[in-house]
Amino acid sequence: MDKGKMLMIVTGVIIGGLAVLLVSQGNPANMGFCIACFLRDTAGGLGFHRANIVQYVRPEIIGLALGASIAAFSTGEFKSRGGSSTFVRFLLGIFMMIGALVFLGCPLRDLLRIGGGDLNAVVGLAGFIAGILWGIFFLKRGFNLGAANMEKTTQAGGYIFILSIVGILALLLAKINFNPAGGGPLFFSTTGPGSQHASLWIALGAGLIVGILAQKARLCLSGGFRDFFLIGEKGMLLAYAGIFITVLIFNIYLGKFNLGFVNQPIAHTNHIFNFLGLFLLGQCAVLLGGCPLRQLVLGSEGDMDAAATVAGMIAGAAISHNFMLAASAKGATSYGEIAVIAGIIIVSLIGWSYREVDF
Amino acid sequence: MEMLDVRGLSCPLPVLKTKKTLEKGCQELQITGSSQVSRENVSKFAISQGFDVKLVNDSPDEWSIIINK
Repeated sequence: MDKGKMLMIVTGVIIGGLAVLLVSQGNPANMGFCIACFLRDTAGGLGFHRANIVQYVRPEIIGLALGASIAAFSTGEFKSRGGSSTFVRFLLGIFMMIGALVFLGCPLRDLLRIGGGDLNAVVGLAGFIAGILWGIFFLKRGFNLGAANMEKTTQAGGYIFILSIVGILALLLAKINFNPAGGGPLFFSTTGPGSQHASLWIALGAGLIVGILAQKARLCLSGGFRDFFLIGEKGMLLAYAGIFITVLIFNIYLGKFNLGFVNQPIAHTNHIFNFLGLFLLGQCAVLLGGCPLRQLVLGSEGDMDAAATVAGMIAGAAISHNFMLAASAKGATSYGEIAVIAGIIIVSLIGWSYREVDF
Repeated sequence: MEMLDVRGLSCPLPVLKTKKTLEKGCQELQITGSSQVSRENVSKFAISQGFDVKLVNDSPDEWSIIINK
């Protein structure tokens, strides 16, 4: 087997294994990793929203970013670059998060949920793939957010994102409470998903390993499906299979596999909006050139547009919880449903507007 | 020989633009790009289409390859 395929399988198996480990160490069920949920928890930990059950600065996110940076530096791939419709990307980041929080997970958690037997996540996956195909519709008509430029005179811009991550780690380690009378920040949930977590060092270490692997393998949960449909490239699908099969085997072995739609952990059974939530995310991911995980990795290797997208996702998490758009185990809210439909329309308009004439 | 500039473009545009150009019947194409990922993806795609790939520039911020049949 060639090295590229092997890297995909190994990456998938290790991510799947670490996801199960993190759940056994305290993370919420079927949430060993979830880029959207963890960015949302981090936004809550920093006090950007007031949903007190989802506030915790997740070390997995910090580890992931650091791991991706280390991997990029080690191969000379860290390059400061940006300037490709940055504010549009910020907006797409917001909608990507709104879609994720109506479904309750990013595509990575979607795979982990399926591996735990959650059939709502199969509906989500169908929506995600449909959203990717809808995104491809625009790509085929010449969609292009424009070229990013390499920063020629300095690498300073590229460092800002990873230094911000280091700053957040410092805040977490220092445990400073900036406003004790207000309870924080930093905020730490005492009940709900935000209170369930593996110990800091285990989470940080797991994130670090996944960050390195994800950067090396160019892992992207939307890119694999997109490239399969566009050019018949199947390599990345091996990583998805690796994640899914590993999680499935461990869950069955540990007695945690629970097949069905109802009573699934941190999930709801609104099929239409499980489908449409990840449809919106898939559509945004194709227009952005990568899923939430990939944006985090790219941001960590100097891509300022991807960093802006991650900032958009954090803003999207705050908007989702402040304006009651985020779903819960009880189901999607009407505000969330309206936001997803509006999101699909707005993102489609962006897709149509940014077509190159001479493509 | 046709030239194609894919510098700074997000995935999968470098590959997609290469594909479009080749579909027009182009037999020899020089592609210039900036990221390592796009170089890997474009090269892999060209090879999968039966083209030979020759690296002609590999500077830190830019690469160029010539693909032909």
